[in-house]
Amino acid sequence: MTKVRIPPTLRNEVGGERELIGEGETVREVLEDLSGRYPALEAQLFEAGGLAPFVNVYVGGEDVRTLEGLETRVNGSSMILLPAMAGGC
Amino acid sequence: MATYRELLAQVKREIDEVGAAEARARVGEALFVDVRERDEWEEGVVPGAVHIPRGNLESRIEGLVPDRSREIVLYCSGGSRSAFAAKALQELGYENISSLTGGFTDWKRNGFPIETPRSLSPDQRRRYSRHLLIPEVGEVGQERLLGGRVLLIGAGGLGSPASLYLAAAGVGTLGIVDADVVDDSNLQRQIVHSTETLGEAKVLSAKRTIEALNPDVEVKAYEERLTSENVERIFGEGWDVIVDGADNFPTRYLVNDASIWHGIPVVHGSIYRFEGQVTVFNPGEGPCYRCLFPTPPPPELAPSCAEGGVLGVLPGIVGSLQANEALKLVLGIGESLQGRLLLLDALGTTIDEVSVQRDPACPVCGEHPTITEYVDYVEFCQGVRG
Repeated sequence: MTKVRIPPTLRNEVGGERELIGEGETVREVLEDLSGRYPALEAQLFEAGGLAPFVNVYVGGEDVRTLEGLETRVNGSSMILLPAMAGGC
Repeated sequence: MATYRELLAQVKREIDEVGAAEARARVGEALFVDVRERDEWEEGVVPGAVHIPRGNLESRIEGLVPDRSREIVLYCSGGSRSAFAAKALQELGYENISSLTGGFTDWKRNGFPIETPRSLSPDQRRRYSRHLLIPEVGEVGQERLLGGRVLLIGAGGLGSPASLYLAAAGVGTLGIVDADVVDDSNLQRQIVHSTETLGEAKVLSAKRTIEALNPDVEVKAYEERLTSENVERIFGEGWDVIVDGADNFPTRYLVNDASIWHGIPVVHGSIYRFEGQVTVFNPGEGPCYRCLFPTPPPPELAPSCAEGGVLGVLPGIVGSLQANEALKLVLGIGESLQGRLLLLDALGTTIDEVSVQRDPACPVCGEHPTITEYVDYVEFCQGVRG
């Protein structure tokens, strides 16, 4: 059971939730679990079977690109999904 | 009862003294503390020395030098006041104290280097008195701020509080780049502008507000959008820090690439609805914007505040955090947000932190850069999903 923080730009895809609970041992399994329940999320997270390059995923505060990518084990840490935000307005 | 002369002789027996030549060899290693009065200090000092008048020594030294094993050379004009000062610091537990025999007079007579401190005017001493009281800032730090140059990208939500606090702090030169005019939909959050400046260029509106707040500050107004064509001219004017409060991705990537090639640290802030992100990109030292976000998101994942809205106070919080980082960078104190991205959620009032690492494969700051000149940033940011 992994807490996943959903950024404001992805909340429309998950019915407005700010945080979801996902099941799975790895980042891939957790994200696939969420995408299974919220199909609109899949297109925003995955690209060609990998993690979309414009979404950062953090496990325990570390960018999974610096860990094992989608195969990073979550081990009870919480996850943060984070796209870039441009606004300084 | 001892006479002054006897007392001085006795104190001198109980402390360590150091001659001018020997002391000179310690410049850069030991901390030189000038215990003379202000008028004496203003006429010239040992390079790098800090000023604590004898009368304030005991009360201020712990704030300035918490480490009691630090080597300190005390000096006055002739070596007497500094002898008593050395005795006082010994009693406070400082272990490595010496007093300069012959004082500053002997130092000068030897022809050793001196520097003349820029000194604050009485008005400035009142205006910045709360900074002067902080050991980490003090008069030397305030001088540094007054000589500091910070370039703000955008005079909008983030640029408003950032520019106001930097101006109030006495950062001597603020550059502001923005091509927009003040619109009434801006005033819910852009506090550097006002109802009176509606329709005016934002850079000029900001300049008026800032110069009214603090006449020590010179505002360089760039009424233009930052582009590949003008970035060299604007960045080339020499800045200590860039505060990035742009409102679009092409400008973010342009600021990033230019700052790396100019070696200028960037304090990054971005906001949307209730959420903010703040970090520091320090070229050559830490990660850059492309290390954090190698690819800009497609438009549907990156709505602007104009499309999605923003809570008015949020840029106040994020822009103030940016000002804090910029001040620390100019002062050279504290720990910056380099390598750390703060995530602010104003709705839940939480702050999370994630780590940001330098990407060895980064196309701009990595080991083998593939982007070495300005690209078409608009096209780069549109080209995301083909």
